[in-house]
Amino acid sequence: MESIGQTGTDRHDRGYLAERGWRSWAFTLDHKRIGAMYLWTTIAFFLIGGLFALLLRLELLSPQTRYFSNHAYNVFFTLHGSMMIFLFIIPAIPSGLGNFFIPLHIGARDVAFPRLNLASYWIFAAGFLVIIGSLVAPMDTGWTFYTPYSAKSAAAVTTLSLGLFLVGLSSILTGLNFLVTIHKMRAPGMTWHRMPLFLWSMYATSIIQVIATPVVGVTFLLLAAERLLGVGFYDPSKGGDPVLFQHFFWFYSHPVVYVMILPAMGIISEVIPVFSRKPIFGYNAIAYSSLAIAFLGFLVWGHHMFTSGMSPLANTIFSFLTFFVAVPTAVKVFNWIATLYKGSITLESPMLYALTFIFLFAVGGLTGPFLGALATNVQLHDTYFVVAHFHYTMMGGTVMGFFAGLHYWFPKMTGKMLNEKVARLAWALIFVGFNVTFFTMFIVGTRGMPRRYAEYLPKFHTENVISTIGSVVLAAGILLMCWNFLQGLRKGAPAPANPWRALSLEWKAASPPETENFHEIPVVTAWPYGYGTTKA
Amino acid sequence: MDNVFAFGAASGQAGRVDALFLVIAVIGFFFFFLTQGILIYFAVKYRRRRPDRDNETPSITGNPLLEFLWILIPTLVVVFIFYYGWRVYTDLRVPEAGATEVHVNARQWMYEIKYADGRTAINEIRVPASKPVKFILSASDVLHGFYLPDFRVKMDMIPGRITTLWLQPDRPGQYQIFCTVYCGTGHSNMLAQLIVMPPHEYAEWVEHGGRDEAGERGEPLHERGERVVKRAGCLSCHAVEGKEKIGPNFRGLFGSKVPLEGGQSVTADEEFLRESIVDPGAKVVKGYPNVMPTFKTTLTPEEVEAVVEYLKTRK
Repeated sequence: MESIGQTGTDRHDRGYLAERGWRSWAFTLDHKRIGAMYLWTTIAFFLIGGLFALLLRLELLSPQTRYFSNHAYNVFFTLHGSMMIFLFIIPAIPSGLGNFFIPLHIGARDVAFPRLNLASYWIFAAGFLVIIGSLVAPMDTGWTFYTPYSAKSAAAVTTLSLGLFLVGLSSILTGLNFLVTIHKMRAPGMTWHRMPLFLWSMYATSIIQVIATPVVGVTFLLLAAERLLGVGFYDPSKGGDPVLFQHFFWFYSHPVVYVMILPAMGIISEVIPVFSRKPIFGYNAIAYSSLAIAFLGFLVWGHHMFTSGMSPLANTIFSFLTFFVAVPTAVKVFNWIATLYKGSITLESPMLYALTFIFLFAVGGLTGPFLGALATNVQLHDTYFVVAHFHYTMMGGTVMGFFAGLHYWFPKMTGKMLNEKVARLAWALIFVGFNVTFFTMFIVGTRGMPRRYAEYLPKFHTENVISTIGSVVLAAGILLMCWNFLQGLRKGAPAPANPWRALSLEWKAASPPETENFHEIPVVTAWPYGYGTTKA
Repeated sequence: MDNVFAFGAASGQAGRVDALFLVIAVIGFFFFFLTQGILIYFAVKYRRRRPDRDNETPSITGNPLLEFLWILIPTLVVVFIFYYGWRVYTDLRVPEAGATEVHVNARQWMYEIKYADGRTAINEIRVPASKPVKFILSASDVLHGFYLPDFRVKMDMIPGRITTLWLQPDRPGQYQIFCTVYCGTGHSNMLAQLIVMPPHEYAEWVEHGGRDEAGERGEPLHERGERVVKRAGCLSCHAVEGKEKIGPNFRGLFGSKVPLEGGQSVTADEEFLRESIVDPGAKVVKGYPNVMPTFKTTLTPEEVEAVVEYLKTRK
């Protein structure tokens, strides 16, 4: 790659951002604009969900409820969970960064079905408007909606189910669009094994979205039928079974944790080679492990239900299968670390976040076996240990991967550079705040504190105070990062087409890219990881 | 007994769960320090020193032997952890013969206890030490949980199903029970105690019919009422004073004018309080959910009277 830094057009015009006015956004068919709309929306819900988290931490400063009622606390954790899961972490990377970068990565002018893509966004928007509408009688069921409580609750469960149904539909359509795009739209020479690993992970993600999401749609429809028509699918007095709901719910919601984590893993696989100036180690292993995770993810939903009265045999089988998810995940981590070997490593903010992903995700991953093993699961299930575990994987993992992606692609998306010093300071606050907040929860959970408790025994007080202090530091870091993004947008230095000297195709387009990405569809002759000493 | 990471195990089973926990922790720490140590070592050792020689890093794209090893080793490790966890779990689930059986039914937001001989209690379970106990669990309204952290066990309580849990407490003591499946507004107040008694004290308690020292000579009625209020779980939903929980506060209740659902109002006299305990749905105070269960069968008429007398003292 002799032409690094000169490829593409270095014109600092506004590219795809040139057109102004709300119509140019609301009716756009440009995958980049749709991706940007998803990013704005999901980041807004991330901040709102985070605000609810801070209210929870505020209340937990004292063992007795002091600032809010028990009911208000329950509403806050329900809103925190459902917004973070359904409106932020599921759509953020696939629909936001995925929309923006899948066509650029494969050298296409857009996704396969641009109009469907726009429809996906507006169905998503309709979904979150309905969800906001359900706040007239805010939900207090937890984000898991377990029956019979959710079937009896006076809250607007039916309205919320409808909103989530729409969000799910949008997710299916986006997944479908990406599958077809990756199959049919790759540039000449872009074989499967020349695809950036981000595409492999997005491909695996899309499969899960298309297969699993309809199940949760059906689950919500049955719940609505139970509430509106009195059909007793989950009601034992009518011959139904409340545990059936849990099976349906986790048949979707377990695979979907890989919808959350796989795209982030894809970003890490992109960032690490670029900032190590080394080819990715074990390309095939990383690519196929994404598919293995997507496959295994469908077989392990029962591990959320080891204490639900399921038969010991079923528990045993689910526990056994669960452990095998650890293998392809570990393979990825080993390959990323091996990529660093003999590299020429710089720690700019995208790389800092990528290494932080590996570090925090390792904590999340290695606390998984405590919950996968039957005997310790029975002890730790529904305690703060679980809360700590999934925040390490989802926030320490997915969100750090998302931040890595935002910092990595900010110059490409906006045509502006970020202030690197501020970015690193924000990173330091986030790293420290995150660990103080959530590591403490492992301890308090092991000591027996149940989750979803508005009030708790005084013996858990110290840990909760420490955790709240950490959450304030974490929030400060995130606000600083957001401020840095806004400053970058307003007055960042103009970005060159390829500030990180990366080899994947998006960096051949201008920063920001033109409306149809490439003047000429590029012809691909090599894989995108040919860093270091040139070799085929 | 209380240390940072855990608390004293209260049974032999719990000790075995702790051993498993420790083994997984050692394996976890080993792999964490191994991988993250290498990560940090590489990030420092191979940091960019000569920007001009960036393009001279070796082109290493993989190593089949390494890939094989780091598939094989994690597989062996996780199969081992699975097996160990399954063995301990089997111990947890198969009860020993001759266990004392205690029925526990959960409802929003209390545990109703029923012993084999028909005695009942609320939120307080008494069992003898050093003998296996089997809990037969059910629920009346929504899902609840039954979690004994000192014994490292929990089980969900499900409407329309019976689930079971057993344990063998090693020594006398008072142990916390938590509800762990979210069950609504009063979830975090749904607490109970397991009181493990020395066998001879337990035998004595069974003799006395299990109504804890009922009507001790010369005890004022309102003091007995206070004990009943604590034992029957009233305080999960009713605060005495301060911030309201689910139902009305106790202080200042007696003698006050109470607005009812439906527009009427009534003075909270003895009869109103009595009726509200044995038939709570008859007159529901305005602004509160009609969720209180009847205490007609769980409290004797004398105990209800004692509670009313206690309420009269909360002015």
